[in-house]
Amino acid sequence: MSVMTPDIRASAVASVNPVAKLAVALILSAVLLLSIDAVSASVALLLEGALLFWSGISARQFWIRTIPLWLAAPFAGITTVLYGADSGATLWQFGFVSITEGSASLGAAIVLRILCIGLPGIVLFATTDPTDLADGLSQVVRLPARFVLGGLAGLRLVGLFIEDWRALALARRARGVGDTSVLARLLSQAFALLVISIRRGSKLATAMEAKGFGSDRPRTWARESVFGGREWALIGIGTAIAVIAVIAAVSTGNWHFVLDR
Amino acid sequence: MTSSRGVGIRANGWGWRHATRRSFVARDLSFEICPGERVLLLGASGAGKSTLLQALAGVLGADEGEQQGELLVDGQRAGGARGDVGLVLQDPDSQVVLARVGDDVAFGCENLGVPREEIWRRVDAALDAVGLDLPRSHPTSTLSGGQKQRLALAGVLAMHPRLLLLDEPTANLDPHGVVEVRRAVERTLEMTGATLVVVEHRVAVWRELIDRVIVLDAAGGVLADGARDDVLAVHSAPLAAAGVWSGFAPRVPARAAARRSPAPLLAASGLDIGRPVFGQRAPILVNSGIDLAVASGDAVVITGVNGSGKSTLALTLAGLIPPVGGELSALPALDRGAGIRPIRWKSRDLLTRVGVVFQDPEHQFLASTVRDELAVGPRALRLSAGEVSARVDEILQRLRLDHLAAANPFTLSGGEKRRLSVATALVTRPQLLVLDEPMFGQDARTWQELVDLLAELIDGGTAMVAVSHDAELARVLAADELHMTTQVVVSA
Repeated sequence: MSVMTPDIRASAVASVNPVAKLAVALILSAVLLLSIDAVSASVALLLEGALLFWSGISARQFWIRTIPLWLAAPFAGITTVLYGADSGATLWQFGFVSITEGSASLGAAIVLRILCIGLPGIVLFATTDPTDLADGLSQVVRLPARFVLGGLAGLRLVGLFIEDWRALALARRARGVGDTSVLARLLSQAFALLVISIRRGSKLATAMEAKGFGSDRPRTWARESVFGGREWALIGIGTAIAVIAVIAAVSTGNWHFVLDR
Repeated sequence: MTSSRGVGIRANGWGWRHATRRSFVARDLSFEICPGERVLLLGASGAGKSTLLQALAGVLGADEGEQQGELLVDGQRAGGARGDVGLVLQDPDSQVVLARVGDDVAFGCENLGVPREEIWRRVDAALDAVGLDLPRSHPTSTLSGGQKQRLALAGVLAMHPRLLLLDEPTANLDPHGVVEVRRAVERTLEMTGATLVVVEHRVAVWRELIDRVIVLDAAGGVLADGARDDVLAVHSAPLAAAGVWSGFAPRVPARAAARRSPAPLLAASGLDIGRPVFGQRAPILVNSGIDLAVASGDAVVITGVNGSGKSTLALTLAGLIPPVGGELSALPALDRGAGIRPIRWKSRDLLTRVGVVFQDPEHQFLASTVRDELAVGPRALRLSAGEVSARVDEILQRLRLDHLAAANPFTLSGGEKRRLSVATALVTRPQLLVLDEPMFGQDARTWQELVDLLAELIDGGTAMVAVSHDAELARVLAADELHMTTQVVVSA
């Protein structure tokens, strides 16, 4: 298992074209970014939770992948509660730090919003193979193959960078310059990695060019990227989640358009 | 697989100058290659062999340099017939394009616009032809060097090329990998009848497969051209001078008669070694239960198959990665107050104790000129300016690098980079020299020079531990061999 060939458990969501997953993630974030209220975010989060059951992600994987979100969301929330614009009754005050009803509810809304935008994105991509995504982007969205496949091939080099980075660190110790300050060492090592990456990249480009990549000849695709009923169904579900969340917020009078004060 | 005839090649006073260089890397080349011929291209480092292959493959863009004369493939300007020409390069890592074996082989066919059903037929046939018996979905990141080179060959083969160009495809492989790749090429040629041009220092690898030899002169033009046995027999002296491994018998260096009383330096007992893994606390155990003692003036060559942990052992002995288990102790003659655990030593303390030459020389370069590169170690030792420059001058001359003192290390040729990396380790006069594959891709001349130098150091009391696939190295240096298998270690 690696970044490039993830071990993805077969599941309803995993078998859907990655382009549809990308579309769902974009629709959900675009709509949910329009308002800051707890209702639309909670409704969306609940409905998305149901989608999780079809993703085939194990509980362990789910928590590992989403841990940054669980750390970031409360932090953003607490910051808002303490320093957000004050409104309503004051609940607690210490110097210029104050918690009011307004800032507390805003904080809660922000925590929920980060989760309901972040979770589906992470989960949908945890079930996606980069090669399939590239196939979809070039065949379905029709982005230029040069750009998409170049990016995909470059992504493969990331694994090599990690090896290079370690070798560079060992080499610096062996050359007698490993005792300097951490910052100076990291900087010089990062520069060396940059040089080595560029050299690797240009070699890879030569190898790709030698295999006829980038010529004017029309390209064929060995793997067909299919976009059909299942893909539209997932997009439909994603859109429905967004619409239901908005309706719930508007009908309960909680909708709070971000640009309104 | 369909059989298609090979292409003919004709060079008329062809030459090439890279846009960033002042002089032509290849000059005044004139020759003709008939369809289906199998040609070995020889010449000293820097004679333009790789450049010629790249031009034939059509990957030298008009904006990348200046062309002289003409180079025709099948009567047309080279480069127009992309797809008819397949190129396999030296570095296995930088030729894999996609994440899965089947997809990677299919990549070239896709670019040629081959219909889908036909692509997968070709992919299976090509994998079969190179003897890569793996499922299409197998991840390419887990392949060995030899498997990666056969994968590259399969990708080229699936494109049904009429000209096969190989640029030292076996230089980075262990002996087993070399045989795998040569067999795959042989089968490919039998099936396709393609024309072959292969660049390789080690003639023996390809000798039986080729029927013609062209030798490029580093000063420009063609030095020799003719039937295999004629060229190799008649021109053996100039070929040897050019560093070609043809009939080259490594010379056993003259050695000091008596060894001085050896002082024990390093002892490993029941040593378990492991490789650290990104994002994991515990390293992967690579090999275990290794016993080894190294004294001054000892020479040990570590051999074994890929994955048996040769490099990991070398780096552990050198105090660069921590042992996973067992004991690794520096003895008083090496310890000298720095402590008995090499991994705890300061980076500066390592310099005079252990010198390391890495597998990839580029990883250890720190400065922008060869001279500064060599001064890094002595300066870290806080030697006086006079002493630093005296040591640097001495080593520059000793390793024939003096004419390159102002050059950037990254712009050197492969052989020069290797000599520089050895020089950076020697300049601080370490008691133990640890070398990881020092002979990879070296031409015969550099090989002999390095062996002579190592023999002199060993006679002078330096201990050497070298990882090498090269069976000759241990023999010529009269070194002990430590053979590593995947689990059990047998010391000879």
